Amino acid sequence: MTVQLIAMQLFSGLALGAVLIMVALGLSIIFGMLGIVNFAHGALFMVGAYAGLYVAGLTGSFWWALLIAPVMIGLFGMLIERFLIRPLYGRSPDDPLLLTFGLGYVLVEAVRILFGTDGIPFSTPAALRGMVNLGIGFFPLYRLFVIGVVVAVLLLLWIGLEKTKFGLIVRAGSADPLIMRVLGVDISRLWLVVFGIGVGITALGGVLAAPMRNVSPEMGTLVLAEAFVVTVIGGMGSLPGAVIAGLIVGVSVSMTSLFAPEMATIVMFALMAFILLVRPNGLYGRAASGL
Amino acid sequence: MTNGIETLASRPIGRRAALIGLAGVAGTLSMPWIARAQAETIRIGFPTPLTGPFAAEANDQVRSAQLAVKLANDKGGIAGRKVELLVRDDKLNAGEAATRTLELIEKDKVHAVVGALSSAVQLAVNEVTRARSMLYISISQSDTINEKDFSPYTFHEALNPTMTTAVVARHSFKKGSKVAYLVADYAYGHEMLRGFKRAAKEIGAQTVSEILHPFGAADYSTFIPTILSSGADILCICNFGRDQANSIKQAVDFGVKDQMKIVVPVLLHNQRLAVDPEVFEGVTGGANYYWGLEETMPSAKSFNDAFRAMYKGTIPTDYGAYGYTGVASLLMAIEKAGGTEPQKVIAALEALKYDIAKGEQSYRKCDHQSMQSVLVLESKAKKAMKSDADLFKIVAAEPASESVLRTCSELGFKS
Repeated sequence: MTVQLIAMQLFSGLALGAVLIMVALGLSIIFGMLGIVNFAHGALFMVGAYAGLYVAGLTGSFWWALLIAPVMIGLFGMLIERFLIRPLYGRSPDDPLLLTFGLGYVLVEAVRILFGTDGIPFSTPAALRGMVNLGIGFFPLYRLFVIGVVVAVLLLLWIGLEKTKFGLIVRAGSADPLIMRVLGVDISRLWLVVFGIGVGITALGGVLAAPMRNVSPEMGTLVLAEAFVVTVIGGMGSLPGAVIAGLIVGVSVSMTSLFAPEMATIVMFALMAFILLVRPNGLYGRAASGL
Repeated sequence: MTNGIETLASRPIGRRAALIGLAGVAGTLSMPWIARAQAETIRIGFPTPLTGPFAAEANDQVRSAQLAVKLANDKGGIAGRKVELLVRDDKLNAGEAATRTLELIEKDKVHAVVGALSSAVQLAVNEVTRARSMLYISISQSDTINEKDFSPYTFHEALNPTMTTAVVARHSFKKGSKVAYLVADYAYGHEMLRGFKRAAKEIGAQTVSEILHPFGAADYSTFIPTILSSGADILCICNFGRDQANSIKQAVDFGVKDQMKIVVPVLLHNQRLAVDPEVFEGVTGGANYYWGLEETMPSAKSFNDAFRAMYKGTIPTDYGAYGYTGVASLLMAIEKAGGTEPQKVIAALEALKYDIAKGEQSYRKCDHQSMQSVLVLESKAKKAMKSDADLFKIVAAEPASESVLRTCSELGFKS
């Protein structure tokens, strides 16, 4: 076992972490701002990949798919919020959870009916094929591109939430919706937009994953589990938490792959159990007040 | 009934009695099974995972099995009886499969069971049929079904890992080859790995790395640095279904194919269709069936033609063909036995020689393994494909031979 191999393994882990952050972001945003545990997250991720496939088929371009599919599915998410989730606000937090859980099944079946049960090819865009020499070894250009997109999305989110008036209102709204309403802010419109953004980012994750993992109706199942692990370790609803947790999980999976590969999936759940024991609210979690 | 007519005739018939009599006659006419009890329909139970990740392969199995049933009924049935296929969804779950099989036996009174697609689910079905002395033609890869799970009522129509890997290794490993294995961590992967290592030892190939990956893993990137640094010239990937397409795609993304050849135990038709041709290009693996066999084999041609005629010009796939050969060989034996009496059918199956899709086949007496041709396929480059279905080149079609199986005594049988 050479230093080079360990360095390469470490890098693979960080790269995997970036993918996991992308996978978890949508779930984390929707929970953090709206307090909704979105169990349809995995299904929406999958629907995003299929929407990407559809747009790429129509336009012949991956880039259009990357732009249009998340917007399409984000708008679809707004419809879900407006007509399915909004009537449930003010009721027990279990209600939206059960609703999204069922919605996930409906979406998977709908995709099976529309696109069939078989996996469908999704090519890596020509401009992003091939490998890059990192000095410690070669790494696929496409995966480096995904890391770049994740960094860009995180930056945009941070600027949007911390540096704009909109972000200020969203943060205030999530802290105390009642006061915001009294101050004359239309909270329901705000939540509609936030839910749409969360779902759109989830769909973007699906499109980005499509050239790496296969596109199939079941591709969201494992994604839901991965996203939960990252969100729970980071602390439900914390963006910096999701970033740190994604990287930690990625590196743990990668290092386990080197020494005990058959444990590579189980390690993330073991890690989650451990974090829950020592820090029940996750690394960056607030105490669960009011939820 | 005759008794009734006599008593009716001996006295004047009232209007009410006449009506009752007419109703009785009409009732008998509408219940033909009373009149033709001896020509009972032959019912074949068919559990298979219609839903879940192997749904594509399962639906192909059902279509092929239905073809075998249709062909039998078209020529007037088997031993003068009609044949019916009772398809059940086992949901790729051993418990579900056992329940469905039990139901098929107890409630639907089937005469035989054919089916299952996953090796673990197949063993659950086998346990139920074995306990109830029910004929079972199993159509999924397994070695243990020939050894510790053996049942005199079970016949194994699918290839087994020993013969698959023996033939694939013969055409892809060389003396001195350095092989790295990426193996799904469950029964199927373990049995394939064992078979490959057995074959590699005989050939003189050497194992340089052995990685077990979790079943259904989504990301393989973290296994790849170890594979690349192992110095292997062959990467042997032993997994099934979506895992196959996913792991090969990611290995190719990381440039594994530039350094080594990728070999798989079974090259899956549907998984090849799930990715672009250049991903699988050059990947070598085994198969029980490929439609392209029709160029050299008349029985494959007639199977394909019958399938095309029934299903709008589509072609049968590898795991689909098992549904056909499994049901068809069973029906041939029932015909020879003159009925569904299990002991007679077992004797007929043991003596059966059949060529219905892929050359000469017969069930070995000691372990009931179907001795059959094993194909070695290589995935074609896009420019070499003549049509969308022209996926593979047939590298070798090894005819049925006992030499690729473990001997009967090795398996613990007397003869």
